[in-house]
Amino acid sequence: MLYSYFPGCTMSTTGIEYAKSLRFVNKAIGMRFADIKGWNCCGASAAHAVSRELGVALPARNIALAEMQRPGVPIVVACAACYSRMKCAENAIHTDREKLRSLTGTNVSGDIPIVSILEAFSSVEVREAIASAITRTLSGLKVACYYGCLFARPSGTSHMDDPEDPTSMDELMALAGAEPVKWSFKTECCGGSHHIDLPAAAKPLSKNIFQNARANGAQAIVTACPMCMMNLDMREGEINRAFSENFNMPVYYFTELLALVMGANEKESGINRHFWPATKLISDSIAERGNL
Amino acid sequence: MIEVNLNEAALRAKECQELASRAGVTLSDCYQCGKCSAGCPMGGSMDKQPHQMLRLLQLGLYEETINASSPWICASCHVCACRCPHGINISELMEAVRQRAASSDICPVKDVRRFTKDFLIPVRWLGRSHEAIMSAFYNITSGHVFLNFSHIPQMLLSGKLGIVPEMSGDIDDVRALIERCEKEAEN
Repeated sequence: MLYSYFPGCTMSTTGIEYAKSLRFVNKAIGMRFADIKGWNCCGASAAHAVSRELGVALPARNIALAEMQRPGVPIVVACAACYSRMKCAENAIHTDREKLRSLTGTNVSGDIPIVSILEAFSSVEVREAIASAITRTLSGLKVACYYGCLFARPSGTSHMDDPEDPTSMDELMALAGAEPVKWSFKTECCGGSHHIDLPAAAKPLSKNIFQNARANGAQAIVTACPMCMMNLDMREGEINRAFSENFNMPVYYFTELLALVMGANEKESGINRHFWPATKLISDSIAERGNL
Repeated sequence: MIEVNLNEAALRAKECQELASRAGVTLSDCYQCGKCSAGCPMGGSMDKQPHQMLRLLQLGLYEETINASSPWICASCHVCACRCPHGINISELMEAVRQRAASSDICPVKDVRRFTKDFLIPVRWLGRSHEAIMSAFYNITSGHVFLNFSHIPQMLLSGKLGIVPEMSGDIDDVRALIERCEKEAEN
């Protein structure tokens, strides 16, 4: 269970709790994500918007570095937007390898698999390791698993189980003792970077996600994408104010909830760092596995 | 209702075809069912719905296409392409139109263009993006000076601001790559 790891820029800033909880979980299950040394930003949400070349060359350089540093070892990408850009770069390499080689100044070949973090956590081996590392349970905590756009789409590029109704995160949450609810906004867009440049247009998108999660009985939303996390957790307060709502719904990374049921405390899992208070719901739900 | 001068449209049809082929799209594949627009989460803010963008291109209305706000409002969520019954890659087409507009200095939605420029500032410096640096630039260039200000104290408290920005190991490599891409785009 070794991967070349592309963390993405948010992992050391807004996604710091994602990085912490992922480290905890990987240690507990014996999976190794080895950083690609010298990696650069994939340009997600800006480079590809205005330049076809930059949009694929930035991520292609990371693929080239991974190929050189750990030949044959698959690349894992934690952020949905980075994953999407890496997959687009992979396609571009397959279409015109020479062009990408000259743009990146590398010998990139594009022949090692690139998987999303959700795929890495879906293998039978990893699922078994997770099941045996879990000592606690979320006691039926009702969660809405939110995949967002870019793990699931574009469907020809992504390897998600189903672009409209993916289930990989739901299965992980069920392992952790949570109860994934059925809901309609699993793969709806959170607005992405438009929360910065077109906030009035983007806000309703995040609001609708909270609304549908609540309508289907969820107590919390679970995500695997740092951008979705920011647009939900950081903006929950402003969304409540803008729409006279009171969602009061914590948002977690799936790795945080896995870390918690593997024995991590609030600090180790990172849930003490959220914008919207996220610790009480966990302390109310979590129990030792035998005590149910 | 759009009035079309067919003589003019025929002249611009080639440019429309070129945009479509950049996106790997065959324009005649679209039969205007509107499923793309039905699923588009940003459609409510667009001046032309996704299926209308395709129709403009089919009709050879290049000016209307390139000046539309829609490609800049598009969040690149790919719902349109995913659900198209004819497998038309509409999001790729939106991207091709946006890239062409950007390279011709056309941008009907100024803030989105500013964001894409300001996002790349830390990437040029550090090889990495950085929310705080990008936001600082964007707030100044866009004039939305206090945008997202209220989140700063909590970001500081939770260690999310990244006060010491991280740098990619081979920054010269990344800068050279950016330069090569910009040269290639000019040609």
